[in-house]
Amino acid sequence: MSTVTADPSSKPRLSPRKRAQRMRWAQYAVLGIVTILAISMANWSQIQSVFFRGDMIHETLTQGLPNAFKNTIVYTLGAFVFGLVLGTMLALMRLSSVGPYRWIATTYIEFFRGLPAIVVFIAFGLLPLAFNGLVIPFDPYGTVWIALGLVGAAYMAETIRAGIQAVPKGQVEAARSLGMPTGTATRKIVLPQAFRIITPPLTNELILLVKDSSLVYILGLSAQGFELTKYGRAIANTNANLTPLVIAGFCYLLITLPLSMVVRRMEARQKKER
Amino acid sequence: MATHQVSREVVITVDDLKKAFGQNEVLKGITTSIHRGEVVCVIGPSGSGKSTFLRCLNLLEQPTSGKVVVDGVEVTDPDCDIDKVRADMGMVFQQFNLFPHLSVLDNCTIAQVTVRKSNKAEAEKRARSNLERVGLLDKEAAFPGQLSGGQQQRVAIARALSMEPKLMLFDEPTSALDPELVGDVLSVMRKLASEGMTMFVVTHEMAFARDVADRVIFMDGGYIVEEGHPDEVIGNPQHQRTRAFLDRVLNPTSVGQIGGEDEAYAERHQSEPEADGDGDISTLSPGQPGQIGRST
Repeated sequence: MSTVTADPSSKPRLSPRKRAQRMRWAQYAVLGIVTILAISMANWSQIQSVFFRGDMIHETLTQGLPNAFKNTIVYTLGAFVFGLVLGTMLALMRLSSVGPYRWIATTYIEFFRGLPAIVVFIAFGLLPLAFNGLVIPFDPYGTVWIALGLVGAAYMAETIRAGIQAVPKGQVEAARSLGMPTGTATRKIVLPQAFRIITPPLTNELILLVKDSSLVYILGLSAQGFELTKYGRAIANTNANLTPLVIAGFCYLLITLPLSMVVRRMEARQKKER
Repeated sequence: MATHQVSREVVITVDDLKKAFGQNEVLKGITTSIHRGEVVCVIGPSGSGKSTFLRCLNLLEQPTSGKVVVDGVEVTDPDCDIDKVRADMGMVFQQFNLFPHLSVLDNCTIAQVTVRKSNKAEAEKRARSNLERVGLLDKEAAFPGQLSGGQQQRVAIARALSMEPKLMLFDEPTSALDPELVGDVLSVMRKLASEGMTMFVVTHEMAFARDVADRVIFMDGGYIVEEGHPDEVIGNPQHQRTRAFLDRVLNPTSVGQIGGEDEAYAERHQSEPEADGDGDISTLSPGQPGQIGRST
């Protein structure tokens, strides 16, 4: 059978390495051309006036950005703490030998993981109207913490459960063989190790919560309670300009990027320890 | 039953102990007792139920039927406060199972503080004296991950001793160790035995069993096949299955064993065990130690 490669005397074929090299050069060339076209065709002055307008930057920074920034952090941290406590309880219930505990926890987790977070927020916004005279403490913070925490707890419970199950069975046996009751063994031996294992994924949950805190705009807060998204959007709407949202976006990155860096470092350290 | 310089006081009584995992019956009726100050070594092929037997004594495995009485308390009674019994019963695991998030000292104090309700200073004093006993006082600030396997196992022994247990259970304490680290752990156990600790040891270390044990139990297929003084059980075994096992362990490289192993295995899984394994042993003369080689 004669194929193209059969005749050794014909023009020598490129080696796989050379071929890969040429392909890469071709890709770089295309990328360079696209970039140059985009830059030359863009209307820079318009882009600047829509996304980075000087006076809008000034207005956004001075009108109450620190307060909005603070609110985002307070909403997130409160919800994280609430979610962590509730999530730990749910995880323990899910692993319990008592059937009803398991069913309750599973139902809760599946319910809140399957629901869009925004639906929960809309419901919470309507609660005080539906139940006349209902007062949630620390308003508006309490409402946000509970709404955001309820959803976060469902996700965190699964992470924590995985962490608990990653602790070797011998650890519980050693604790029990020393006479520790189940509860003590869980609190002193299992949970500390589980949380060490799941610190990176839990930090990821925290990052998700930072972003989800933007959903509280649906609750209809007073200006004092605005967080970054609501604050940026309010100014953007009144001025028909995107600059305030860009700044709000930068603020989120200011929080989330360092956190992701911390996660990456922790994961690298855990890998080394293993 | 041949025991020497051992009190007649019974610490553990085991009566017709059975344990099944689903369809798989691992213990088929174990009856024996352990006296105060006695060192009992359990030997036998893997899968013979020795570890399960040991774990039934402190209820890490729940027996299917039968009775285990420790120090007058029936642990197989559903109303028994098992935590209280376990606190007086030290256990050492094959995989050490030290708490990796706690320092060596805290490993030795945590149960004292949480279970015994000792105050911190007292607990640390006791922990240090036990760490000294195992020769690791200088490692009290280290974490388990920084120690060698042999050191970890000695810390595990110190951790168990810090509860001042009335007896100690050892579940293959040297099986997970590199050969050169086995000696340190065994010498700690020898010292413990010479101090009069009641010890129940599941082991593959024939030399240890021969030198230290007051009584050796040979288990196979979920039964006690033979038990008695080590000179008898190891030096001059009466049962074919004991002989075949010891032969394999003591001369692992000897030629002509390849067929023998299969035969012994087949026999072990066909025949029913003899009703009582120790009655005929007591009349026998001690065996010749010259027969025994090192297992490793």
